[in-house]
Amino acid sequence: MRAGIVVFPGTNRERDMAIALHRVTGIRPMMLWHRDTKLPKLDLVVLPGGFSHGDYLRCGAMAAHSPVMSAVRAHAATGGAVLGVCNGFQILTEAQLLPGALLRNAGLRFLSQDWHLRVERADTIFTSAWRQGDIFRVPLAHGDGNYIADADTLDRIEDEGQVAFRYCDAEGRVSPETSPNGSARSIAGVFDRSRRILGLMPHPEDLVDPLMGGTDGLPLFKSLLESLVS
Amino acid sequence: MKAIVTVMLKDGVLDPQGKAIGHALHVQGFGEVQEVRAGRVIELDIDARDREAAAARVDEMARKLLANQVIESFKVEIV
Repeated sequence: MRAGIVVFPGTNRERDMAIALHRVTGIRPMMLWHRDTKLPKLDLVVLPGGFSHGDYLRCGAMAAHSPVMSAVRAHAATGGAVLGVCNGFQILTEAQLLPGALLRNAGLRFLSQDWHLRVERADTIFTSAWRQGDIFRVPLAHGDGNYIADADTLDRIEDEGQVAFRYCDAEGRVSPETSPNGSARSIAGVFDRSRRILGLMPHPEDLVDPLMGGTDGLPLFKSLLESLVS
Repeated sequence: MKAIVTVMLKDGVLDPQGKAIGHALHVQGFGEVQEVRAGRVIELDIDARDREAAAARVDEMARKLLANQVIESFKVEIV
């Protein structure tokens, strides 16, 4: 699996992502710069976390209009996989590659703590190493993770199976109280219609080694490795 | 020519910042304050031949970048 990680000014989680991808695939991912207009042949493009362009205007708004995003769009249009984590998720919504938007956390606090997610479907390139309904622990590190879309859009993405993960408690129960940031319907991650693009707020890449305190995030990368063998 | 773009969260979109501002005003004794909504004002100096042309261009700028219409509405004034 050949992976590339896009670096914008203000991106700061690209190395965590590179470590996770290297650990699982044995291949060092390429670092791509936001001004690049052409991508090498890749199976997966990752938009990592951070504060691209200082979060000016809105989180991800500037990055969504970077030169590299035309290339990312072209990659996605030909069936290439795209993963956006945290700020990467915000960029994908701003670029309208994913539905909805991410607002300031309902409690206004930056969240830096572990939480639990429930896997909503396991028949995708990102989630095949889990079973549907699996619960896993994952670190949160965001101030603007409050997922929102209008009611029609929420209904549509539920109907079309585009909800990837929901925030839940340790037993997998989902309720407004188990959403740390106020996200509509406790949505933590969404797919595009083709389910080749995934965005999520939490950081599975930061839980891929016992030395990090656990390996709960590994199935995401194992799924991609199995699905995107090349 | 100057354009002023006011970007606000759409009605019905929870505005936690507005809520926090309202709470802080209450704490400071401004009990008459009811709902508070916080937004953003962007001023642009524009080189345009007339107000209509400027307004049309700024409208396009707002749709493309200045506002995210999933969550925000905007208003353009040419002054």
